Formats: sequence, structure tokens, C-alpha cells
Amino acid sequence: MTSATVEMQQWIRFTPLQRLARFAVFIVMAVAIGWALKTIEIIPEFLYDAPEQVVDMGQRMWPVDWAHFWPVVWPALVETMHMSAMATILGLLMGIPVGFLAARNATPFPWVNLIAKFILVATRSISTLIWALFFVAMFGPGPLAGALAIAFHSIGFIGKMFSEGVEEANRGSIEALQAAGATRMQQIIMGYWPQVLPTFWSVALFRWDINVRESAVLGLVGAGGIGMALNAAIDLIQWQRVALILFTIFIVVILIETVVTQIRKRVI
Amino acid sequence: MSVASLGDKSVVTRADFFAPSLGKRLAYVAVFAYLVYAAATLGLSLDRIEKGVGYGVRFLAGFFPPNFTETDIIPGLLESLQIAFLSSLIGTALAIPIAVLAARNLMPPWVSWLARLLIIFCRSFHPVIVAIIAVKAVGFGALAGIIALTFASIGFVGKLLSEAIEEISKKQIEAVRATGASFMNVIAYGVVPQVMNRFIGFIAYETDSNLRNSTMVGVVGAGGIGGTLFSAFQRFDYNFVAGIILCIIGLVMIGEVLQIYVKRVFR
Repeated sequence: MTSATVEMQQWIRFTPLQRLARFAVFIVMAVAIGWALKTIEIIPEFLYDAPEQVVDMGQRMWPVDWAHFWPVVWPALVETMHMSAMATILGLLMGIPVGFLAARNATPFPWVNLIAKFILVATRSISTLIWALFFVAMFGPGPLAGALAIAFHSIGFIGKMFSEGVEEANRGSIEALQAAGATRMQQIIMGYWPQVLPTFWSVALFRWDINVRESAVLGLVGAGGIGMALNAAIDLIQWQRVALILFTIFIVVILIETVVTQIRKRVI
Repeated sequence: MSVASLGDKSVVTRADFFAPSLGKRLAYVAVFAYLVYAAATLGLSLDRIEKGVGYGVRFLAGFFPPNFTETDIIPGLLESLQIAFLSSLIGTALAIPIAVLAARNLMPPWVSWLARLLIIFCRSFHPVIVAIIAVKAVGFGALAGIIALTFASIGFVGKLLSEAIEEISKKQIEAVRATGASFMNVIAYGVVPQVMNRFIGFIAYETDSNLRNSTMVGVVGAGGIGGTLFSAFQRFDYNFVAGIILCIIGLVMIGEVLQIYVKRVFR
């Protein structure tokens, strides 16, 4: 190759279409932000006032009302833990079948895949609070409504992770089972399930971690747990108790994250 | 059963390789017993389910036909969008320096621990809880929603970005350092090129998640469509509730599709 041809060849990282797409994304981002900044309704006095108000609230939270822990916060915390555990199990029970139905290789019917995918997206789009409103109307206030709300919301996440795990499964063992005349159910139990077992554990643990956080807010709409104690304390303007409950949530979330990380390291 | 004992036997069975472990079984039994106990505390009874399903059917029947005609939906959705965009912007802008400080391969341990503590703090509270506090601090409206979701964004982007920075190749950083680059130069030429694509993926994901949450924070008065939804719920205007929920699902689906598209562009 002569030096002339080397000069003429120019290395371009992206095709013009790729560059155009990237550019379009940045333009859309900039326009969206500009529009939001221009049209948002914020009362300026509230904004200037904010630091002062936050400091004031912080002062009222001190000293933390530790005596409140055993009579009120602890039972609520235990209820939250039960609620999130039940929600995780229920979510897995409902999400895994839908996940298998959404996986293209385990269920080779495109219309079934489509329906299952719609269920996954729809359950995920409706937030836990809205599910909770619905279940509180059905079963009355209490942890049952909370557990169901989190369970239904987590179908989407669990099912999505699962269908992805199933679609990545190795074809070899499935084909061996098919050659031996295994039914579809046997293929799922003996072929796919052992392959997605690691996915199962990681999804179960990850979702449990998320569910504990989620269950902390459901008390706002009467669905039980530590959120109810939080809501009561806020409504009664007992900031020292609010501080205690927030601190408790913080500690519990850190503990659970540590536990989940340790289990993941050892088991998976 | 150990491998050594296999030598004595003439037949090797499945049980030799998949020996049941007592500890594992005990753990399973314990988990199962706990679940039964937890289920018992929920107060589930057949009568309650029967009644509940009856209420649920009546409730769902009240949803039809969904009402989209009320004029509150569009402004509410737009405000949710504004909250989502601005909180993603501010949250990401704040998360970048925090993530750099939290990366253990760039910073001394005490700095990274402090930054990680801040990230954990932001992550551990659900956006709605932060929104309650923010509403008390700065009053009702979109500002409280932006503050709440900014918190969540710092936690989310901070965690993912600091992990992404920790996974980068050390060689390029050493090469840049060897030229006598300053710290900012190392960041700009050693770190940024390696994490940029993933970072944009995080932003897309984060904006999507903020969009979901921005439809929710209104329930506690922090602006957006959630407030409209909650007040419709409280006056038993279920047709309107159904209309709002369908709009939220539509918006979230659009957000999800856009997020996938943005990720594909920047792969």
C-alpha cells in the first residue's frame, strides 16, 4: 500500500445514519429539558424558602424519639417483613408461568408470547400504590392488600427477567429431551428449569430487596406495614418519631442489602 | 458422601453425587415454616376472599367506560413529564461527581466510603417517602416531586455509574497517567470513553424509571398526574380513574420503547 492510499482512507467510527440517530437523541433530550424548564410551575418563594424549611424540619426531628421503637415501630416493621416475603413468593408464583409463556423458545406460539408480554408490561406500568388502592378497596386496609399489591406489581419484573433467562437457555439439553419424546411440561421441568435456577435465585433475592423498600410506602394508602406508622407520625406532626422510623427503614434496607449480597456470593 | 468412599462400592448411584445436605434441607424447612407463619399473619380467610372478589368485580365494573374527556388529564401528564425530565437532569448532574468519588479504583478508601454512604442513603428511601418529606419541607407542587426524584436518581445513577467505573480497564488509565495527565485529564481521557455508552443506557433507564415514579408522587401532593388520580379515587369517580390509569400505562409504555431505542442507538 502506498502512502497516498493510506491518506485517502479515513476511519469513521459511525455510519452517517448512526451519527444522525445519536444527534437526534441529543436534540430531543435538549428540547425536552428546555420545554420542561420553561413551562414548569414552581412557586419561586417556595424554592428560596426550601433550605430554611429543611433545616427547620431537621431541627424538629432532633432528638430522635427512641422510646417509640418497641411499642409501635417494631410490630409495624415485622408486618412489613411478612408482607414483603409473602409478596415475593406470590409474585414468583404468578410471574414465573407468565415468564415461560413470554419466552419464545419455551412457548413457540407468537400470539401467546404477545399476550404474556402485554401482561408483563401492564402489571409493571401500574405502580404499587395504585395496585394498593385497588386491593384496599377489595380486602379492606391491612397487610393482605399490601402483599397482593406488591405481588401484582412484581409480576412484570420477575416475568421479564425469567423470560430472558429462559430464552438464553442452551438448546442442546432441550433437543435431547425432545428426541427422547418428552412432553412440553417435561421439557420445562427437566430441561429449562435446571438451567434457569440461578436466574430464579438471583431474581427472587433481588425482588425481595426491592419489595421491602416498596412495602415501606404502602401504609400511606392503608395497606399495612411501617408506612402506616410513618404516615401516622407525619399526620400528627411528630417529627421525632418520623426521624426514628426513617432511621429504622434505612438500617433495615442496608441490612437486607448486605444479606442479599452475601447470599448471592455464596449460592449463585 | 465423599468421593473417597466411592471406591469401596461396586455400584455408583445418583445419590453419591447428589447427596442430600442436611443444612440445606433444614434451611428449606425453616423458610417454608416462616412463609406459612407469615401467611397466617395476613389474616386470609375464605370468607374474606369471597367478599373481596365480589367487591373487586364491582370495582372493576365501575371502571367502564373509561372517561378521557376531563380536561385535567393532559396538564397532569405534562407536569409528570416535566418532573421526570428535570429530576433526571439534576439527579444525573449531581450523581456524576458522587459516582467518581465513590469508585474505589480512583479514590482513597475514606472518600469512596463517604460517597457510597451517600448513595446508599439516597437509594434506601422509596421516592414517595422522600416526596412526603419534600412536600412538608417545600410545600405542595412540582418542586417537591423534583426533589424526591432527584434523590432517587442520585442513588440509582450513582450506584450503577460507580460500579461501571470500578469495572473499567486499568491499563488505559495508567497510560494516560504515564503522560503526566492531571486528575481531570485522567477522568476525561481514561474513564469517560470507557463508561460513556453504559452511562447513556443508565440515563435512559433512569428517565424511564423517573417517569413511572412521577406519575406516583402526586398521591402525596408532589405534583403530576398522581394527584389527579388520587382525588378522582377519593370522590369515587372510577370512570375517570380508569381513564387516568390507561393514560399512565400508555405513557409508561412509550417511555419503555423510547428507552430501548436510545439504548440501541448508543450500543
